[in-house]
Amino acid sequence: MSALLQVEGLSKRYWRGDRDFSALDGISFSIAPGETLALVGPSGSGKSTVARILLRLVEPDAGSIRFNGEELLGLRGAALRATRTKLQMVFQDPLAAFNPRATVARLIDDPLRIHGIVGRADRPKAIAALLERVGLAAELASRRVHEISGGQRQRVAIARALATRPALIVLDEALSALDVLVRGDILNLLAELQRDEGVAYLFISHDLGAVRAVAHRIAIMDSGRIVEEGDAAAVIAAPASATGRALVAATPELPVFPRLPVFKETVS
Amino acid sequence: MSLSRLFRTPEAAAGLVILGLLVAMAVAAPWLFPRDPLAIAGQPLLPPFQDWALPLGTDRLGRDVVAGLFHGARTSLAVGLAAAAASILVGSIVGTVAGFAGGLVDEVLMRITDAFQTVPGFLLSLALVSVVGPSLSVVVAAIALSAWTGPTRIARAEVLSIRERDYVASARVIGMHPVEIAFREVLPNALPPVLALSSVIVAAAILTEAALSFLGLGDPNRVTWGGMIAEGRAVLRSAPYLSVIPGIALVLSVLGVYLAGEGVVEGTAAREGQA
Repeated sequence: MSALLQVEGLSKRYWRGDRDFSALDGISFSIAPGETLALVGPSGSGKSTVARILLRLVEPDAGSIRFNGEELLGLRGAALRATRTKLQMVFQDPLAAFNPRATVARLIDDPLRIHGIVGRADRPKAIAALLERVGLAAELASRRVHEISGGQRQRVAIARALATRPALIVLDEALSALDVLVRGDILNLLAELQRDEGVAYLFISHDLGAVRAVAHRIAIMDSGRIVEEGDAAAVIAAPASATGRALVAATPELPVFPRLPVFKETVS
Repeated sequence: MSLSRLFRTPEAAAGLVILGLLVAMAVAAPWLFPRDPLAIAGQPLLPPFQDWALPLGTDRLGRDVVAGLFHGARTSLAVGLAAAAASILVGSIVGTVAGFAGGLVDEVLMRITDAFQTVPGFLLSLALVSVVGPSLSVVVAAIALSAWTGPTRIARAEVLSIRERDYVASARVIGMHPVEIAFREVLPNALPPVLALSSVIVAAAILTEAALSFLGLGDPNRVTWGGMIAEGRAVLRSAPYLSVIPGIALVLSVLGVYLAGEGVVEGTAAREGQA
């Protein structure tokens, strides 16, 4: 199966004061269609930098990103905006990631309107359908962002990402702001969406319990490099790298979430 | 916002009462004094409280001072509000574009802002009015010309902080056009601190308009307080009330607008603090 996303030699250096440090040091990985790759690692290992570079929010110093066979880093303007429909992101803190003045309806309406996915007259229906898809009541549409709960907000963020029918969604610590019970519900939702729509995830997290529940493969990062990569269950059961062992050792309550066999069987 | 919160401090209450009075005068002027306030109403230089038809007396040409005061309130308020609206509109757009675009655009726009800020504002207004000619819209433009830089700087500073927020990143991720991001996501959220400036700008605009009129550069077809003060200057020793009365009106209005503005800003801040 050809890769949906192929990242090669991605590097990024930041200047801090008079010293520069390497946020990413030539990392490479790939994601197949409908696959979940978990990117785990301690804070400051460069996970979020990867997410921001993939979404073209930050420019890398070197490397290439091939998405759907197309070089992502060469795209600008309208071509880039068109490609964004296929590559979406869910942020860590949904409250910060939404315009504080927006209503739920407007947040989900934005992608539908901008990319002309649904005609004006049909949009309220499409918004209701998307809300329903992520397990929310359609009545929520008229609420403002700060009037709904954290779990509901993250579901809205997922609905907004789904609106353009993406092939890949980057989830940057998307569950860490949620309480454990809500986290389990959202994990189930993500698995269900992957099964039904064949969307691939780049699941950035430091929570190995959640990673074990949804990821097919796992890549462990430390200091801007990928130090270990392999089948999720195998890596968590027997990590080879020092960082991997430390992460597993630091997760005492494993497994927190039940494994999701139905959806794991769909990818060979 | 509840009214009781606006009237919380005595300063804010006083400001709102004065502002209310000013607005009432401006609105009531054409009904209470339907005659042209520039027309002769009685004998010249009638002192105040002599004739109840002309309670504050008349000026050198026999024009009614009360009528002038009411119609002058209209001019002052109109010029103040229009100039403030124009400066805030221009300032928030220029500031948003500069802060959001960054780079060369930011550099050019901010150097232009610097240039306007280094020239004394009143001089700039004076120059424009004397070149283009005095009319109400030119006076408004002249005042806005020197007042737009403040809102620009505040809007830019606010935009610089907002553009790094996640919701702007999120708007880019869904493919929103940069122009739409700037004016729909960023600008509305940058506006509150800019609007807090409006009372200061209105107060300053009323003063600038009065100063222009005092120098004879106001709209000649309208009564203005500045013009009335200038008119009374010639008879300052024999009839000081002609300058003092519009002078008091001017001071009270500026004070009222400023205090009311402060009150509204504080009331809003208190509301946000409680939320």
